[in-house]
Amino acid sequence: MSIIKTQDLTKIYVDHTVEVHALNGVTLDVAEREFTAVVGPSGSGKTTFLNIVGGLDNPSSGTVSIGDTDITDLKDNELIDFRLNNIGFVFQAYNLIPVLTAKENVEFIMLMQKKSKKERDSRVEELLVAVGLGDQMNKKPREMSGGQQQRVAVARALASKPKFVLADEPTANLDSKTAINLLEIMANLNKEEGITFIFSTHDQKVIDRARRIVTLEDGKIVSDVEQNV
Amino acid sequence: MILKISWRNVWRNKLRSGVVMTSIALGIWAGLAVMGLSVGLNDQRIDSSIKNTLSHIQIHHPEFLSDNNVAFYIENSKDISEFIAQSNTVAGFTNRMKINGMVASSAGGYGVNISGIQPESEKTVTELYTKIIDGKYFQDIKRNPVVISQRLAKKLKVKIRSKIVLTFQNDNGDIVAGAFRIAGIYKTVSSRYDDVNVFVDIEDVQKLLGGLGKIHEIAILLTNMDAVNPFKEELRGNYPDLTIRSWDEISPELGYANELMGTAILIFIGIIMLALAFGIINTMLMAVLERKRELGMLMSVGMNRLKVFTMIVVETIFLALMGGPLGLAFGYFTIQYFGTNGIDLSIVGEGMESFGVGMIVYTSMEAAKYAEVGIMVIITAILSSIYPAYKALKLNPAEAVRAI
Ligand SMILES: Nc1ncnc2c1ncn2[C@@H]1O[C@H](COP(=O)(O)OP(=O)(O)OP(=O)(O)O)[C@@H](O)[C@H]1O
Ligand SMILES: [Mg+2]
Repeated sequence: MSIIKTQDLTKIYVDHTVEVHALNGVTLDVAEREFTAVVGPSGSGKTTFLNIVGGLDNPSSGTVSIGDTDITDLKDNELIDFRLNNIGFVFQAYNLIPVLTAKENVEFIMLMQKKSKKERDSRVEELLVAVGLGDQMNKKPREMSGGQQQRVAVARALASKPKFVLADEPTANLDSKTAINLLEIMANLNKEEGITFIFSTHDQKVIDRARRIVTLEDGKIVSDVEQNV
Repeated sequence: MILKISWRNVWRNKLRSGVVMTSIALGIWAGLAVMGLSVGLNDQRIDSSIKNTLSHIQIHHPEFLSDNNVAFYIENSKDISEFIAQSNTVAGFTNRMKINGMVASSAGGYGVNISGIQPESEKTVTELYTKIIDGKYFQDIKRNPVVISQRLAKKLKVKIRSKIVLTFQNDNGDIVAGAFRIAGIYKTVSSRYDDVNVFVDIEDVQKLLGGLGKIHEIAILLTNMDAVNPFKEELRGNYPDLTIRSWDEISPELGYANELMGTAILIFIGIIMLALAFGIINTMLMAVLERKRELGMLMSVGMNRLKVFTMIVVETIFLALMGGPLGLAFGYFTIQYFGTNGIDLSIVGEGMESFGVGMIVYTSMEAAKYAEVGIMVIITAILSSIYPAYKALKLNPAEAVRAI
């Protein structure tokens, strides 16, 4: 069953009277339990695409449906709530609130969802253990390595029980060993928990671990292949 | 959790938060100090005016005030005295004759206000007797004693036991003159007052005017300020034919000075708050811009605008809540300290004396004012956090996260 459907997405930025066509008609279906990489050269529109799918930005034309909801129809504050409850985000950096511990960073999302203390405590623990940080729960971000911080970000992204997780270059700031390690954790969560991931990357080792690879060039999908890992 | 984040954000940039807290504390402190000084000055001015000249309530024949003719006596003064004497809010009262006249010695003559007073009951109302610096208060001189100021004595080139002549008009407009001997020389804090006031025994003037028992003025001192208006109204009800005035009606300029001082304080506090507001806006704006990516991330993952806004405002309130009590405490101790020890203003002493207060000013402040200043600072902090908080919620998450 598909959970993301984009229909003929275009995005035109106007940069001082110059029009930049960042997306030129992107139509894509993502099914549940997919583990998909969006790849392509710099400036090909990866970030633009993920931002629109995540409801952070509006397309110039076209629609994005998530489950039964056309998010391009949602009002601003409806969209914020929709993101909170349906989409997990992992960014390249600055994912965490620096003044909160790992545990609090994950719990924070569930607090905004008004989950009970009992539910929060058990899920936060479960998630941090799942990303291999069961013993680092009370550390602040600056006391952790970049790889550990990104793992907390993955746990945080899962805390709200989202329909899928969007990750724009989650490994870009990591060395390749740590990057592979993060990908392994994401792949495991995908395999064992059935969580859908869409991530963008430049890193060939990361691309090698994706099961579906969507390649963008000049705002268009130029290839869409599946591979066995 | 929002509270927790805001609280911890306060400590994130300790230097910056420290600067804001210090400026809030300094602002409050400066505001309080200035208020304490002005209120102290003013209280002292009013207090010294009341104790030296005005007393709390004065009673006159209505026309005496407009005409100042010696013929306008208070009738039924005995009756009034009895009524006043039986009130328990009265600390003391006294009768006076008030005459404009001339004082002369061989060295020259000057226009003065001659007060015929009852030396003993005058003590219960004004503090003239404590201001004697040479000779004695209506003692040691058998016939026609007079008390004059040191300034006047210098001008007249006279000393204790010297003879001076007082001249004034009687009820019929005839000039009468009497020779008086100096019993005492006084000095108050007000040189203007000293230049024109001369005191004699009321009975001596009454003899010269040929009417024992006649008086122009009854001055009443009450046990406390709050009793003034009720007692004034009571007197007015009983004696509708007389003019009965409280100190602020007798000397409205004291009241104006009060208002003026109030306005000056308000302007000063306003300036402090404005400076504070700019400081806070600037600092919080910096904090918001610095955390642009973090705020963008929070909004991306689902923190709504109200929460973002609240987070910034609460952080500012925390800063104010920590700087505020510090400033209030410093202000309180400053005012308490100078309230007991006084501030020596003798450098500007001459000017202060003609202004009607002493060399040493004691600061003072009502408790309610502390609360007022404290609340004002908190409100200023909240108002100044609105713009930075608004900036924060106007951040576009897509752009903010792109900066990542
Ligand atoms: N705010 C903007 N204003 C104008 N042009 C923009 C803006 N954001 C992106 N673009 C342009 O849109 C195009 C697509 O950018 P996008 O960031 O989506 O590419 P990307 O594939 O994520 O690149 P990279 O691999 O470098 O992250 C680029 O040409 C970029 O310059
Ligand atoms: Mg990008």
